[in-house]
Amino acid sequence: MNFLPLWRYQNQLIDGAIVTLELTVISAVCGLLIGVAGAVALNGRITPLRWLVRGYIELLRNTPSLIQLFIVFFVLPNFGLKLPAFEAASVALSLYFGAYSVEIIRAGLDSIPRNQVEAGQCLGLSGWQVFRHIVLPPALRNVYPAVTSQFVLLLLGTSLASQVATDELFHVAGFIESRTYRSFEVYAVICVVYFAMAMSFKALFAIIGAAAFRWPRRR
Amino acid sequence: MALVEIRDVHKTFGKVEVLKGVSLDVEEGEIVTIIGRSGSGKSTLLRCINALESVDSGEIRVEGERVHAKMPDLKKFRQRVGIVFQAFNLFPHLKVERNITLAPLLTGRTEKAKARALAEDVLTRVGLADKIDAWPEQLSGGQQQRVAIARCLAMAPHLMLFDEVTSALDPELVGEVLKVMEAMAKQGMTMILVTHEMGFARNVADRIVFMHQGRVWEQGPPAKLFANPKTPELASFIASAK
Repeated sequence: MNFLPLWRYQNQLIDGAIVTLELTVISAVCGLLIGVAGAVALNGRITPLRWLVRGYIELLRNTPSLIQLFIVFFVLPNFGLKLPAFEAASVALSLYFGAYSVEIIRAGLDSIPRNQVEAGQCLGLSGWQVFRHIVLPPALRNVYPAVTSQFVLLLLGTSLASQVATDELFHVAGFIESRTYRSFEVYAVICVVYFAMAMSFKALFAIIGAAAFRWPRRR
Repeated sequence: MALVEIRDVHKTFGKVEVLKGVSLDVEEGEIVTIIGRSGSGKSTLLRCINALESVDSGEIRVEGERVHAKMPDLKKFRQRVGIVFQAFNLFPHLKVERNITLAPLLTGRTEKAKARALAEDVLTRVGLADKIDAWPEQLSGGQQQRVAIARCLAMAPHLMLFDEVTSALDPELVGEVLKVMEAMAKQGMTMILVTHEMGFARNVADRIVFMHQGRVWEQGPPAKLFANPKTPELASFIASAK
């Protein structure tokens, strides 16, 4: 075992980790927006839209993520949508994260009692104001643990992007391996990096959660 | 013109006809208490008055304006008609101040700089000025209900509806809520209450409306109604409520 040959690749490793973080955060933000919009649509009255969202969820959750990525990167160009590797990976991972987020966030919205909505309506608030100020904050709190654990799965899942040559951590590791032939060492190192990132996010989410959700729980 | 005019209102849930032709007028400044057994339609009637439920036939007018779920000014209308619920329905994620100021701020009734003063003012009226920075969960049921009343008052409504507002409270907390309502009544607020508090109905209301089987069965001033019920249904209701 010899980790020394890896030392000169430290900049590539750092760059790879940064790309991984970018991919994760972009996909998480876009995926969450998809999640909120999808959850609202699923609870809405427009039947075709509900079918569309339902179909999207089932399709994305019951097919391999790698194939979804290949479709975005290799198949969409045939229809005129040609995306670079990083953008293609962001789109695929956003759609993947979004499909899980829809169900999670819908469970959160459903956990808010109907009488909270009525109380808001009776104060003369609009539907959007009731949703934004009365329903959404407690709903997000109720599903916050589920969203954060899904986020960590997304972070680890970004390694799939290596398969379309995105310069993220896993892809960088493959490159270093091909130069040094130190397979065990290089994958051991990035494994530690993934682990450290995941644990750091958990700590960060605990801090954010404590700051954002300060109201006492119902007794 | 009465502040609230209810004309021959019918309302059906599924196969159950809950309101079978209710007519009722409420004058400005009047305190009207609706009593009756569970299922007599009293809460439904109250919910129809601010369009939480829509009527099947007949009509309800408030300040001359016809009330229904699709009225163009529904939001503006609801700012004029406050309702307090049995379950308080405070927003658990907002402190007392924000519970009160959220709607006035979002609807443009007040500006940010004056919001806290508004909250202080209405909280003083319900005797809870010191709870302005508390979370709803930190309050007793009676205090939560008083905050809910303050939240309505912040919108300066022309009419207030109370839907069994003391029914979820421990007996020792009922008094403080009724006291606040009594003070509001003295200040001339028009109020329609659905309640099981016969003492309050007797002492504070200008008029009692007894509902039975989806109809206004009997109505009149409390002293007269309680002393001389004309119908056996009201007589037996009064006897069972004692």
